[in-house]
Amino acid sequence: MAELKINALRKSYGDIEILKGIDLHIRDHEFVVFVGPSGCGKSTLLRSIAGLEEVTSGQIVLGGRDITGLKPAERDLAMVFQSYALYPHMNVRKNMSFALELAGVDKATIEAKVKDAARILELTHLLDRKPKDLSGGQRQRVAIGRAIVRHPQVFLFDEPLSNLDAALRVQMRLELARLHHELNATMIYVTHDQVEAMTLADRVVVMNQGRIEQVGTPLELYHHPVNQFVAGFIGTPKMAFIPARVIGGQGHELTIQLPSGEHLTLPRSPDSIHVGAEVTLGIRPEHMRIVSPENANLTGQLDVTEHLGSDTYCHVNIDGGHTLTVRQGGDYEGRFGEIVGVDFDLSRAHLFDSEGNALDSVTRQAA
Amino acid sequence: MIALSQKQRRVFSQIALTAAAWSVAFIIFFPILWMVLTSFKTELEAFATPPSLFFSPTLENYQEVFGRSDYMHYAWNSVVISMGATLLGMLLAVPAAYAMAFYETKRTQSTLLWMLSTKMLPPVGVLVPIYLLFKESGLLDTRTGLILIYTLINLPIMVWMIYTYFKEIPKDILEACRMDGATLGQEISRVLLPMCKGGLASTVLLSLILCWNEAFWSLNLTAANAAPLTALIASYSSPEGLFWAKLSAVSTLACAPILIFGWISQKQLVRGLSFGAVK
Ligand SMILES: Nc1ncnc2c1ncn2[C@@H]1O[C@H](COP(=O)(O)OP(=O)(O)O)[C@@H](O)[C@H]1O
Ligand SMILES: [Mg+2]
Repeated sequence: MAELKINALRKSYGDIEILKGIDLHIRDHEFVVFVGPSGCGKSTLLRSIAGLEEVTSGQIVLGGRDITGLKPAERDLAMVFQSYALYPHMNVRKNMSFALELAGVDKATIEAKVKDAARILELTHLLDRKPKDLSGGQRQRVAIGRAIVRHPQVFLFDEPLSNLDAALRVQMRLELARLHHELNATMIYVTHDQVEAMTLADRVVVMNQGRIEQVGTPLELYHHPVNQFVAGFIGTPKMAFIPARVIGGQGHELTIQLPSGEHLTLPRSPDSIHVGAEVTLGIRPEHMRIVSPENANLTGQLDVTEHLGSDTYCHVNIDGGHTLTVRQGGDYEGRFGEIVGVDFDLSRAHLFDSEGNALDSVTRQAA
Repeated sequence: MIALSQKQRRVFSQIALTAAAWSVAFIIFFPILWMVLTSFKTELEAFATPPSLFFSPTLENYQEVFGRSDYMHYAWNSVVISMGATLLGMLLAVPAAYAMAFYETKRTQSTLLWMLSTKMLPPVGVLVPIYLLFKESGLLDTRTGLILIYTLINLPIMVWMIYTYFKEIPKDILEACRMDGATLGQEISRVLLPMCKGGLASTVLLSLILCWNEAFWSLNLTAANAAPLTALIASYSSPEGLFWAKLSAVSTLACAPILIFGWISQKQLVRGLSFGAVK
């Protein structure tokens, strides 16, 4: 059983608290991704799990065993580092067998395990090379191989793809996903790249400033972010935020006023908010449409349009100095400076109170 | 036309540069050459002004040196003391540098500087206390005594050098090693040391050379028993006035082992000393 429980974990460097109370439950066989902006404490959390950092307080329990105070090697975890951290003076075979040798595993078993890992990772023909004679992608695979041969309960990855170029990153991402199915192991993966998080994870842990903001499946995070931070972090291009004020509500509807004066009515229960409250409207680029200015929710001036072929990202400057990014079809042709209307799919819009917490939508309450 | 003159200029500057380099090398090498030449002259020729460039070489100086003093005794002392001090130095410097490089605190840098600053103290300033300490503890004229003092003298440089080599090792690799289940000893012996073997080798070489050539402490703290080659040289310069030819012969004999050693290992030494620069 490779079930990992983290209870009230705190970590400080001197006076600075880096992890401010982390509670997390990672299930067996799960692929969990820690994501968050750089410096939010993802690596610190991962390294605490690995045993490379001593925690200030709290508890880490793996498969029912309290591992908080154990040495890294006693925890039955393997880690893949961003820099690969291969042993430069050993060839690929040695790099992979080192841990087994230290553990006193017999030669024949080591040989078999290395062969097996090399086959899974397509490294067989490279076994006698030194790390310096390998490409970035190959080094990455050796680093993963080094973890695989040990059959650990949990695999830890700290931004393993960020040193690779974009094309290789996409390829390795697929290989990692495949590997997860093949090994059926528990994996914890750290990245600052939300696309990586969304594509790889069974569940994503969004972190910010030493705290967990939200834990959920990629789609839960996308559809129901609990706060403005998660909403802004998940999804590309980013969700647009427009400040607004509540001006009325009845039944299941809430009416807000935008800075430019327009009124919008959203499907929200008005119970949790009072008239006059400052709120923030959040709306994703894919939930807006460019329409003719006459009957639109908003009007604005078309700024730059970016053609990706499949989609077109239209940047529209609206009143109050805000820019909305609207996702249009690939064939959309806009004229720079043109006055356009923007229509919102209000059933997909998000609303946040002045603290940034999401005001639950009707659809969510129903779901 | 212009291209040609440019090419000519380049060739010319290359020749000039080569000539300059050779001149500098020659100036540095000249004293050693002169010493070796003088050692094959008679005492009279050695004194002659202008110096005689052409002379019939003689081995009489060497015969006399070997006849008068027990060269092997001094040489053996030099070997034992240099190797002993280097070994002891490495045993102390590696753990010290490890702690400083991988568990750096805010005082590490100042500790390093302080260690190096002890090298700025003129040794003669502590001669009397050290002499008395040695006398009281029976270390005078013992190889152990010299090994101790040489170790202490070279330790700052050794720690500093090894620290710089260790600093080049990414911390990740040691952490990976810890994840792999290595003990501290295995981490150091199987991963860290093999990774900086070039740097460690040059530290060892430098320490050997410095110990071999050290004269101040060996002259002041040894008499007959533990005296290394530097003391042998000195014994030829003082008592009976100056005998240039014999002095040169004994100097040549004293320098030869370390010169040959240095020559064989120069590639290693250069690579080690310019570690960060080349890589
Ligand atoms: N050894 C350390 N000493 C002091 N502060 C540290 C140390 N390691 C990391 N930090 C700080 O902890 C914070 C979180 O770091 P990290 O976990 O590496 O972030 P992330 O991986 O999310 O980018 C950063 O602000 C970083 O400066
Ligand atoms: Mg990090």
